[in-house]
Amino acid sequence: MNAPSLTPPRFARSPRTSHHVEKWSWILMRVSGAILIVLIFTHLFVNLMTGDGINAIDFAFVAGKWAQPLWQWWDAAMLWLGMFHGTNGMRVLVNDYARTETSRRVLKALLALAFIVTVVLGTLVIFTFDPCPIGANPDLLPSFCESVS
Amino acid sequence: MTATSDTAPSSDAPPLRVRLKIQRVNPEGTPEHAPGEEYWDEFTVDMHATDRVLDALHKVKWEHDGSLAFRRSCAHGVCGSDAMRINGKNRLACKVLLKDLNLAQPVTVEPIKGLPVEKDLIVDMEPFFASYREIMPFLMPAGETPERERLQTPEERARYEDTTKCILCAACTSSCPVFWTDGQFFGPQAIIGAHRFIFDSRDSGEWDRLEILNDRAGVWKCRTVFNCTDACPRGIQVTEAISEVKKALTTGNV
Ligand code: SF4
Ligand code: FES
Repeated sequence: MNAPSLTPPRFARSPRTSHHVEKWSWILMRVSGAILIVLIFTHLFVNLMTGDGINAIDFAFVAGKWAQPLWQWWDAAMLWLGMFHGTNGMRVLVNDYARTETSRRVLKALLALAFIVTVVLGTLVIFTFDPCPIGANPDLLPSFCESVS
Repeated sequence: MTATSDTAPSSDAPPLRVRLKIQRVNPEGTPEHAPGEEYWDEFTVDMHATDRVLDALHKVKWEHDGSLAFRRSCAHGVCGSDAMRINGKNRLACKVLLKDLNLAQPVTVEPIKGLPVEKDLIVDMEPFFASYREIMPFLMPAGETPERERLQTPEERARYEDTTKCILCAACTSSCPVFWTDGQFFGPQAIIGAHRFIFDSRDSGEWDRLEILNDRAGVWKCRTVFNCTDACPRGIQVTEAISEVKKALTTGNV
């Protein structure tokens, strides 16, 4: 009897990745998710439930918060972790659903662009925010601006 | 249904009228359908309450339409060749009793999803088996070959007991939405197959297999949808086993 002839495999998997990218993506997704729950619900509680609640939110309220390093870093952490969590989730979806290599690349490039623009602009705003812009209506500014000007 | 006779032998289960709606495709085409065209075919068969979906398919094939193609071998839930989508759920046709289905409506039967259909309910299982081969489903022992069998305590054996029950039917893998979408995922069965050796104390190839499953086509693609656990005809806790593999990878301990 002849040996059976072998046909080359019809279903090629894409080559292996190194550096354990997917493992770290999975772990950081869970870590950032758990931290975000605390950050977001505290953020919502402080902004909406304490003091005058939603009626207190205006320019002066935000400016007052961002004058304190705690809330600057709090919001920065929310921004970074939220953007990581969301972008990584979208990356996973693109990997699942993009049909061609080109569409995969294009979608991921757009995703990276959106991530970078949002994180850079957001971080800049949080840390370079001027709570007392010169020439603004003093009624709209936080109370501590009087002593500054 | 009204009973008409008190003297009917008790072994005679009451007859059931079953409508089967079967998804079909014929690669060579039929007079009504082009080659490769998907279409639905309906059959009405009289069965007994003790019969299974597989018996109804047999009746169709043997008495109505001999061209109907499906796989089966043991007919008793052992060989794993007749996984199909029955009323939208992956089941073995030989394990689903007709009386457990809602017979007011036709019973829909489709091939399992995510694998190329060859004819009617027969799919090409090669991608599924290819994944299984990749995780090296054979014992890789270390050290000298002992003269007697390799011993194991009952506790060591219990760690992978559940995953030894797999019969490679593909019900789990073909119920997984991640497997449907991208065709790269190893699928739950390959992870089950690896789990069976990773947690076997006699095997020493666990990190070879874990590294394969650490790949982007591996366990991290699992989103714990639980379709696989629901589909498994052997009752294997598939999602739990996958999570044990993830845990071994994140903690570094097997
Ligand atoms: S794990 Fe269960 S559903 Fe999956 S192939 Fe094995 S027996 Fe079939
Ligand atoms: S025919 Fe063997 S498992 Fe159903």
